[in-house]
Amino acid sequence: MPPKVRDSDPESIVRFENVGLRYGLGPEVLQDITFALGPSSFRFLLGESGAGKSSLLKLLYMALRPTRGQISLFGRNVASMSRSELPRLRRRVGVVFQEFRLLDHLSAFDNVALPMRVAGARESDVRRHVEELLSWVGLKDHLNSRPPTLSGGQQQRIAIARAVITRPKLLLADEPTGNVDDKMGLRLMHLFEELNKLGTTVIVATHNLGIVRQMAHPVMRLENGRLNTDEAEIISDLRLDEPGIGAGAASAGPGFTRIH
Amino acid sequence: MLRRRSDLPMNEDTLGRFLPWLIAFMVFLSALALAGMLILNDAVKRWDTGLNATVSVQVPPGANAREDEQRLGQVLAVLAAKPGVERYETLSKDRLFDLLKPWIGDTGQAQDLPIPMLIDVTVDRDADLDAQSLAKELQARVPGVSVDDHRVWLSQLVRLVTVIQVLAWAVLGLIALATIGTVVFTTRTGLAIHREAIEVLHLIGAQDAYIARQFAARALGLGLKGGFLGLALAVPTLAGIGYLALETGATMVPKPDLGVLKAMGFLFLPVAVALLAMLTARSTVMRNLKRMS
Repeated sequence: MPPKVRDSDPESIVRFENVGLRYGLGPEVLQDITFALGPSSFRFLLGESGAGKSSLLKLLYMALRPTRGQISLFGRNVASMSRSELPRLRRRVGVVFQEFRLLDHLSAFDNVALPMRVAGARESDVRRHVEELLSWVGLKDHLNSRPPTLSGGQQQRIAIARAVITRPKLLLADEPTGNVDDKMGLRLMHLFEELNKLGTTVIVATHNLGIVRQMAHPVMRLENGRLNTDEAEIISDLRLDEPGIGAGAASAGPGFTRIH
Repeated sequence: MLRRRSDLPMNEDTLGRFLPWLIAFMVFLSALALAGMLILNDAVKRWDTGLNATVSVQVPPGANAREDEQRLGQVLAVLAAKPGVERYETLSKDRLFDLLKPWIGDTGQAQDLPIPMLIDVTVDRDADLDAQSLAKELQARVPGVSVDDHRVWLSQLVRLVTVIQVLAWAVLGLIALATIGTVVFTTRTGLAIHREAIEVLHLIGAQDAYIARQFAARALGLGLKGGFLGLALAVPTLAGIGYLALETGATMVPKPDLGVLKAMGFLFLPVAVALLAMLTARSTVMRNLKRMS
């Protein structure tokens, strides 16, 4: 059984109540999704392909509206917000899209600068922050390169830099390790953890159980459109507590035993 | 403020090549329409202030100088009492003979030739003075008096010119509409082409206005580029037309002289069209984005 969402929870960053989603007249791809995450939470979102992970993330970054139920972000009911209010909310959400969605005609620098510029940041601040972050992810020599000229891993790091440049309060990542080897995947995860320590709520949708095993964070799992938050069940189901391939730190850690 | 840098790959789409030429064409046409309108305006103003305000009264000569004087006196009395008559002046005999010189030759010894007397009457243009009723009134006193009203054919000409001017305005209006239509179309196409990038901008937290600004800035840039190109093409064309008009000696049409103010008017055309393009692009984006998601 999913844990009951407490009604008085002004602190929650994300809050889903009986959320359902269908595309057009098709079947519900998400059913009765109920969960809440407070500040500084870190969750892995697991699930087979087609289980609804991307749909759930789309609801979270407000690309879709639910067909039923209620979604609150930062304590505000998304359904009641006007179109002109959405941008302000979206600026507090960083997204690493599965297919990156970088703007190919812009340099790496301009891509990462985008969220700051959109929010009206001063150009001197933009320059300073973007250069710093791109150096930090190892792309110092590629500030002016356009994404198509870079490798998948490099593009991925640009996408991640763009997602975190404004220090979002909520960070969503859809298969952020899909295009890189395990070593690079882990490095990127550590970047997320750094942000998480600074107060950002992080949700990472992934297939990569190796990485889940190595990082001590709670898991949620989508099963045929329903969200399973019963960690013990997921852990035994996926044998997350057993050392997997390439897993250094197999111990479940505190995250697995602590539910919200 | 408009930022130079664009987040959308606008320079890579084909619209950039297409829009300036269309706008150049619009500005070219509107420059011609504007030039025609200005020239006609001048012409009408000249006719108005010149001929339009005068009427000539012709008094047939009597048997002798005394009768002449008597008739003239009666006509002048009527004119003096007539409302709408601002000023009247009897042309002297000398002046009349001067005017007739080309036809009857030197009239040094023919001063007593019976020729009609002419009175130049300046009419208050606002008063609705009817030449025909004036003629009737005068004829009742002095038979044979005739009144020449230049205004009759002039007013027809002025009416024609007015129609042409209305047409010129209509042409300018149509050009503006065509510009708006073109920009709406190209902007919508641009929105469709850049849909993916626009969605990313939205998800990153861009306001509609932020995206609209980029389209507006581009429309302004392309509009100015095309506008001045069109003006550059229109100038030699107009100069050519002006030259031809002078060559054929069309005296009814005033010399196409460009005052500073009028030159400014022409410079204003491309700017106006570019501003129109900018505002159209902006509102098109705002409207379509609201529909998009």
